[in-house]
Amino acid sequence: MKKISLKTFRGGVHPDDGKGLSAGCPLRPIEPGAVLYYPLGQHAGAPAVPIVQPGEQVLRGQKIAEAGGFVSAPVHSGVSGTVRKIQKMRMPGGGTSDCIVIENDGKMREVPFIPADFTRLSAEEIVKRVAEAGVIGQGGAGFPTHVKLSPGDPSRIDTVLLNGAECEPYLTSDYRRMLENPELVVEGLKIFLQIFPGAEGIICVEDNKRDCAEALQKACRNASNIRVQLLKTKYPQGAERMLIWAATGRKINSSLLPADAGCIVDNVETAVSVYRAVALGEPLTECTMTVTGDAAAKPQNLVVPTGMLYREVLEAAGGLSAEPEKMIAGGPMMGNALFDLDTVVTKTSSALLLFRKDPVAEQAVTACINCGRCAEVCPGRILPARLAVFADHGAEEQFLKYHGMECCECGCCSFVCPAKRQLSQSIKSMRRLLLARRKKG
Amino acid sequence: MEKLLHVSSSPHIRARVRTSHLMFLVILALLPAACVGIWVFGGYAAAVLAVSVASAVLTEGIYEKLMRRPVTVKDGSAVVTGLLLGMNLPVSVPLWMPVLGSVFAILVVKQLFGGLGQNFMNPALAGRCFLLISFAGRMTDFSVSQASAARIVDTVSGATPLAELKAGGSADLLSMFLGNTRGTIGETSALALLIGGIFLVAAGVIRLWIPLLYLGSFSAFTLLLGGHGFDLHFLAAELLGGGLMLGAWFMATDYVTSPITKPGRILYGILLGILTGLFRFYGGSAEGVSYAIIFSNLLVPLIEKLTLPAGFGCGKKKGGRTA
Repeated sequence: MKKISLKTFRGGVHPDDGKGLSAGCPLRPIEPGAVLYYPLGQHAGAPAVPIVQPGEQVLRGQKIAEAGGFVSAPVHSGVSGTVRKIQKMRMPGGGTSDCIVIENDGKMREVPFIPADFTRLSAEEIVKRVAEAGVIGQGGAGFPTHVKLSPGDPSRIDTVLLNGAECEPYLTSDYRRMLENPELVVEGLKIFLQIFPGAEGIICVEDNKRDCAEALQKACRNASNIRVQLLKTKYPQGAERMLIWAATGRKINSSLLPADAGCIVDNVETAVSVYRAVALGEPLTECTMTVTGDAAAKPQNLVVPTGMLYREVLEAAGGLSAEPEKMIAGGPMMGNALFDLDTVVTKTSSALLLFRKDPVAEQAVTACINCGRCAEVCPGRILPARLAVFADHGAEEQFLKYHGMECCECGCCSFVCPAKRQLSQSIKSMRRLLLARRKKG
Repeated sequence: MEKLLHVSSSPHIRARVRTSHLMFLVILALLPAACVGIWVFGGYAAAVLAVSVASAVLTEGIYEKLMRRPVTVKDGSAVVTGLLLGMNLPVSVPLWMPVLGSVFAILVVKQLFGGLGQNFMNPALAGRCFLLISFAGRMTDFSVSQASAARIVDTVSGATPLAELKAGGSADLLSMFLGNTRGTIGETSALALLIGGIFLVAAGVIRLWIPLLYLGSFSAFTLLLGGHGFDLHFLAAELLGGGLMLGAWFMATDYVTSPITKPGRILYGILLGILTGLFRFYGGSAEGVSYAIIFSNLLVPLIEKLTLPAGFGCGKKKGGRTA
């Protein structure tokens, strides 16, 4: 393999990555359960609108809710069966969402999927197929992909970045995907480049996944406009703005979109979903998940039908080896702690982490000693220690003056703090408050 | 599952380093210099250090108990303050002086302003300056016992190398480097202080910026405006002498009273060097480190305002494209 220089960003942290627990386990599909819950609000933007009635029979791949606006995404059933009702269910983020409850008949009768040769499709046709399939960003934010693919001025897009950094500790599902199906990732990227013919495709991978980089490089050797870029292993290398800076040298602040820097950024798993949607005509009804942690009996990587419960996923993964004190949906740096396992798996679910101990609860919070570690690691180049104080005091003006809105909520500040202060939490709360108010106008 | 799960905001993992670890490492880094001090000045120096540390810790503990606050002596910050204060005293002081200095440092400078992290100037230095102003004679009495006088190299008896330099004399560089010379208990051995300082940098407790720029800007000031022209022997003596090494590595780098931003730290380091030069060469005393640091401590909020970071991608190159 040709030597590639490592690129990265300023700041960031190096937590113990814990990936060894599950990195060696191939992706394994699991069977959907008897009842599935399809959330109407599992993407960023307006909730989807149900188009099925209780009692109605549905097929696998059938659309059961349509997009509730442009920034929204439809929802499809991953099984055949009967619609029962609409019920509020707990979401991984901690809130609730209306879910279409479908009783699985186990027969897996499908709607016909219509494949297409994407090289003959126009940009509009591709975006339409992506939108129809309900593809959303599977890196975590859940932003509808067709919106990302429709920038104001498509001619300004000169770079399409695939995010394969997977910088969160413990997570290995993207790693397995890139290793096992590099050709799907590359095909997905080719579809993006079909929309932006002048752009270069860059697959960004951290250098702790050199085997993925090699596999991807092999898969893209015939595509002259695609290359693999190795990035330094550092959290949050996969944060959108950090990724863009590392790969292209362009900096954008929080009020700008990647498109403002001429970039489209999508997760590698999203690229696979785009390939399925456009080339095979399959809607998005599954996600890849890593079930791991020191309380997991068998750490592993799964392909999980959306709409299942975390409880069922855990059972399919072999259950617990010890009683966990903390369960997390997503990575340990940005994931959400779960109240219980009766929580719905969404298109953006990426992991279920099970830990015997909760280090956060064990460590007492002490006074800030102004050591400056938070400022050193902050990729947003702001002063978390000060912002947290302003946030705690509700000092909005000061918070804005110190650029509090530039926080990307990566959690590096809380991670390094020797006084174990909940800096990230304070800043996040204030940001959400101000963002909500801005939205109201 | 009988037990309730823990639910908290992300991140769910934490780095291992804690405040008490950092304080412990600082204490460890101070030990070589303290040991040289005890070796040069004898057992009484150990008593001064011990009394200073004990009274600092006791003051903090008793005050917090009386105020019904959580007692924080375990974090080690009071030990650091006590040790630094002791190392800043000459060996000739009576034992009530480290007690008084520690009480002032911990009670007035630290606790009355809100405890750890809230003091606006370095408590140990404030304690030293308080004693220096109140008991100028005792604090500048660098006489030593006969036993330690035998270990010490000095040309004019009773004066520190810097005082001799200021009076127009010369200084013995080797003894200033090793520590067998006159001065406060912890400041004489540049070698031991350097070992401690480099250890702190290697252990990730402090960054090089402040000490390096402090020493650098002081050197530049000395060569340009020190009144001796380009005299490297004089420069070396000024660098090794007085409280400069102790101040640059251990007190200017005090987290609480130094700027949090990197450009701020750079500015702070340069300011310290210039102020120290001004005080040493244009002031009445041969020393200037303590006042330079305390004065700069007061400017830290201003420095922070001047060097407030703009945030990622908020600089001049808006839009990110360099087209």
